[in-house]
Amino acid sequence: MRDVRDAQMIARNSDGKLVRRPLSPHLQVYRWPVSMALSILHRITGCALGVGTLLFTWWIVAAASSDDAFDRAQWFMGSALGLLLLFGWSVALIFHFFSGIRHLVWDAGIGFDAPTYNTTGWGVIIATAVCTVLVWIVGLAVW
Amino acid sequence: MVAFNLPLNSRIGLGQTFRAQAGTKRVREFKIYRWSPDDGKNPHTDTYEIDLDACGPMVLDALIKIKNEIDPTLTFRRSCREGICGSCAMNIDGGNTLACLKPIEDVKGAIKISPLPHMPVVKDLVPDLSQIYAQYRSVKPWMQADTPAPPDGERLQSKQERAKLDGMWECILCFCCSTACPSYWWNGDRYLGPAVLLQAYRWIADSRDEATGQRLDELEDPFKLYRCHTIMNCTDTCPKGLNPAKAIGAIKQLIVERQG
Repeated sequence: MRDVRDAQMIARNSDGKLVRRPLSPHLQVYRWPVSMALSILHRITGCALGVGTLLFTWWIVAAASSDDAFDRAQWFMGSALGLLLLFGWSVALIFHFFSGIRHLVWDAGIGFDAPTYNTTGWGVIIATAVCTVLVWIVGLAVW
Repeated sequence: MVAFNLPLNSRIGLGQTFRAQAGTKRVREFKIYRWSPDDGKNPHTDTYEIDLDACGPMVLDALIKIKNEIDPTLTFRRSCREGICGSCAMNIDGGNTLACLKPIEDVKGAIKISPLPHMPVVKDLVPDLSQIYAQYRSVKPWMQADTPAPPDGERLQSKQERAKLDGMWECILCFCCSTACPSYWWNGDRYLGPAVLLQAYRWIADSRDEATGQRLDELEDPFKLYRCHTIMNCTDTCPKGLNPAKAIGAIKQLIVERQG
């Protein structure tokens, strides 16, 4: 489907000749408020979780198939790359969880006012950091 | 359509620098987006050095000073210079606001000014608002009622009913909010944007209006209304301190509630 706004990109100059208008700068100039960054992060972490869940599926399927398969999966998860992926997955999961709650509360009509949405935004960031650290302390202690 | 980069003809080059007179004490640089339909060139940024001791306090004062004393070709909209007409809406220092309400002292370093984001440029700081005006018109921003008005007076409202319109009637349609919204940047052909949705809700919330059902029918659309993802840039940037995001949330709630 064509964008109807294309029609406005054409104009006439002072001599009556057709010219193409420029599009004014957007991402190039806009200073990111916290909520804008959290909004796109919510979407990115959502996509990342979709991919990351494949990793978990492999782990569980391996556990159900054979000792060899599970050893291979287990070795990969314990490798530097595996740990890095698991760390990224945990950050994404915890962030998406808290940010998702923030969105649900908005859907209930609460939390739109000016200081509130900034406070809840920073709350999501702090909660994500704290919970990620806790999860890894517990995880590494048990491991 | 989502396009993070500017089209080739919209990429911004470097322009001229207009220096302040030697010996000027309080100099501030204004870096201003320029484009003219008549020279066949890409947009560029001109730099103007302004003597703050000989300039009013607001960004609009500096723009008027530049136009009067340095470069009469600089083009921008302005009228009331007191935040009620909405003409001088532009992007200043990375945020959309009214040049007349933005103190120069609020900005650290050079003051970067460009037109309202992701809009067709007519010239310099003047964007083409015809699409957004058409969208405003599409929500029928006037009172609709089948019941005739009382023959001896006005349609009355209680104080509580009237109070529901506070935070909405103050909107001056400067479109700082709509042009701050990434959803409106990418889907502004079909998404109505925060300013227009705030005005749609202004009539939905009016106790005298009898077209609430039709208004909600019109808005119940994946693009017109539901491209709002609570990014909150609208509320963050509104120079009048209004809350379009909250109004959009209220419309979404009404649509859910009427489904029972």
